Amino acid sequence: METDKLLDIYTRILRIRRFEEEVGKLFAQGQLPGFVHLYIGEEAVGAGVCAALRDDDYIVSTHRGHGHVLAKGGDMQRMMAELFGKSDGYCKGKGGSMHIADFSIGMLGACGIVGGGIPVAVGAGLSARTRGTDQVSVTFFGDGAANEGSFHESLNLASALKLPVIFVCENNQYGEFTPAASAMNIKDIAVRAQGYGIPGVIVDGTDAIAMYAAAQEAVARARRGAGPTLIEAKTHRRGGHAEGEDAFLAGQQYLLPEERDAMRRNDPLLKLHDYIVERQLVALETLETLDQEVRQAVADAVAFARASAAPDESILYEDTWV
Amino acid sequence: MPRKTYIAAIQAALAEELRHDPSVILIGEDVRIGVFAGTRGLHAEFGDARVIDTPISELGVAGAGIGAAATGLRPVVDLMFGTFLYLAFDQIANQAAAMRYMFGGQTKVPVTFMVQNGGGIGAGPHHSQAVHPFFMHLPLIKVVMPSTPYDVKGLLKAAIRDDNPVIFLNHLALGGQRGEVPDEEYLIPLGKADIKRAGRDVTIVCAGLMVHHALKAATELATQGIEAEVIDLRTLKPWDEATVLASVARTGRCVVVDESYPVCGGASEWAACISEKAWDHLTAPVQRVSSVHVPIPFSPVLEKMVIPQPTDIVAAVQRIVAQPEPERI
Repeated sequence: METDKLLDIYTRILRIRRFEEEVGKLFAQGQLPGFVHLYIGEEAVGAGVCAALRDDDYIVSTHRGHGHVLAKGGDMQRMMAELFGKSDGYCKGKGGSMHIADFSIGMLGACGIVGGGIPVAVGAGLSARTRGTDQVSVTFFGDGAANEGSFHESLNLASALKLPVIFVCENNQYGEFTPAASAMNIKDIAVRAQGYGIPGVIVDGTDAIAMYAAAQEAVARARRGAGPTLIEAKTHRRGGHAEGEDAFLAGQQYLLPEERDAMRRNDPLLKLHDYIVERQLVALETLETLDQEVRQAVADAVAFARASAAPDESILYEDTWV
Repeated sequence: MPRKTYIAAIQAALAEELRHDPSVILIGEDVRIGVFAGTRGLHAEFGDARVIDTPISELGVAGAGIGAAATGLRPVVDLMFGTFLYLAFDQIANQAAAMRYMFGGQTKVPVTFMVQNGGGIGAGPHHSQAVHPFFMHLPLIKVVMPSTPYDVKGLLKAAIRDDNPVIFLNHLALGGQRGEVPDEEYLIPLGKADIKRAGRDVTIVCAGLMVHHALKAATELATQGIEAEVIDLRTLKPWDEATVLASVARTGRCVVVDESYPVCGGASEWAACISEKAWDHLTAPVQRVSSVHVPIPFSPVLEKMVIPQPTDIVAAVQRIVAQPEPERI
């Protein structure tokens, strides 16, 4: 792979990581309202897939959506302002963490309903084909969503109509606090693709290079009109289901110690960092400078969000009837 | 009398009913862990067969609850958020709300769907809507919305024992409320309202979180010399018309408060009925207080503007109490 592309993917991962680390801190300090679900540990999926997309391609996201927005090129400042519920946020403070969208970069929205975004992505694929473009549409969703009716209906519909849709299942092995193994009687969600007559591939979702390669193939297939692909990315959510979940759990454990070890071993940021450094593709100082730049961008985003005004009452009645 | 939180009262009701009747089961995603704590600890006592974790498959789980109810069980289906009932809507509307009638009375469907309904905690549009009017609209379904720890225990036990499908709407914003809850068994009959505060000047009809807002409003109004009667409906369908109409006959004025939307919302239903049946007693038009008709916004600043607040209730009362009495001929 070209070094530029590698660095591009690395930058996307790094932007997500530093942003999410800051969001976690802010939430713990009680500065962010509502619920927050972090993407830490899963960055290679969004970054690898979005690096294989064009700016005019579509993505649809989940409740764990910050990473997807950033991977598609979203603006940190407007994101952070949205998390604070401020008027300069992407959705003027009306959406919040689970509902960030940026239609200008093809990011059609995060979604608070498990499986809720999948049919929307199929619709975007239908739209692209009907309008005669070669845009593709990606839907990210979790292992939990693969048990929703919307997943099954969408796979079948996209397959029957041969739509340019890439279904990216981020199998982080838990639906909320329920292990995937006890919510389905199969090991690999990718096998469900067979039932709908489309390719189903399994990828190490902590390996950004592998994710990029798998996405490239699926995107090429979709662009040439050959129909959808289901990619199952095996990954981990480092921070659990939601920030502050210890309060929900009240001492109950749901994660096995060996899984914690696996998460540490399979950190997607460190893996790509080591890959780059070991092959001396980029000078270490360059990576460190990049990290400083990203950290500064996150700090700027927080400052921007803090300075942004609270939404005015007039906003309440905007964006209703067209 | 022991004091418990609203959530602890839910736990107590579920535990008692699981003990009381072996046909009661609890089914839903993460009911073992109990994300909102209402189901916490029950798996330890009742085991896999009766406290059943499921995949995230609302339509399937709701339908399974209905099928199990139609064949002899008495399931409590925990779907977490009111807005998640939308995913299960087909099974509830086309099966639970029809089955007994369309099959000529061959079966009954004693299933309870339990969720956290409504907003106020900055959870954003997909987790904050008050969804009860959709279910009030359906035939054969009962809808319950408790406001206090005492009520939630007695009503949940009654809902589980009821032979009809019941939508049981807890409120996330009330989970930590404390109140007196007897350890001994008691049931609160469905369809029976409770006068939470007596007053002579105006009747305020409400349920759930809005009861607390109405009581705050009543305290404020009392400082202005206006004594409000606050009626907690507790059950939204069938609702206690008799208690409300008797109160309106005494006060002559009525404000109906509901967390759902103004169009075809709870407040609309109550206002229509009161206007129709208590016309002769009314000295002013019935006033509705509902949420602003937009998705529930994330920003706490905006959310507070959307969901009725005590000040909105005070203002509605002032609109009609300030009106002069019509001349009687």
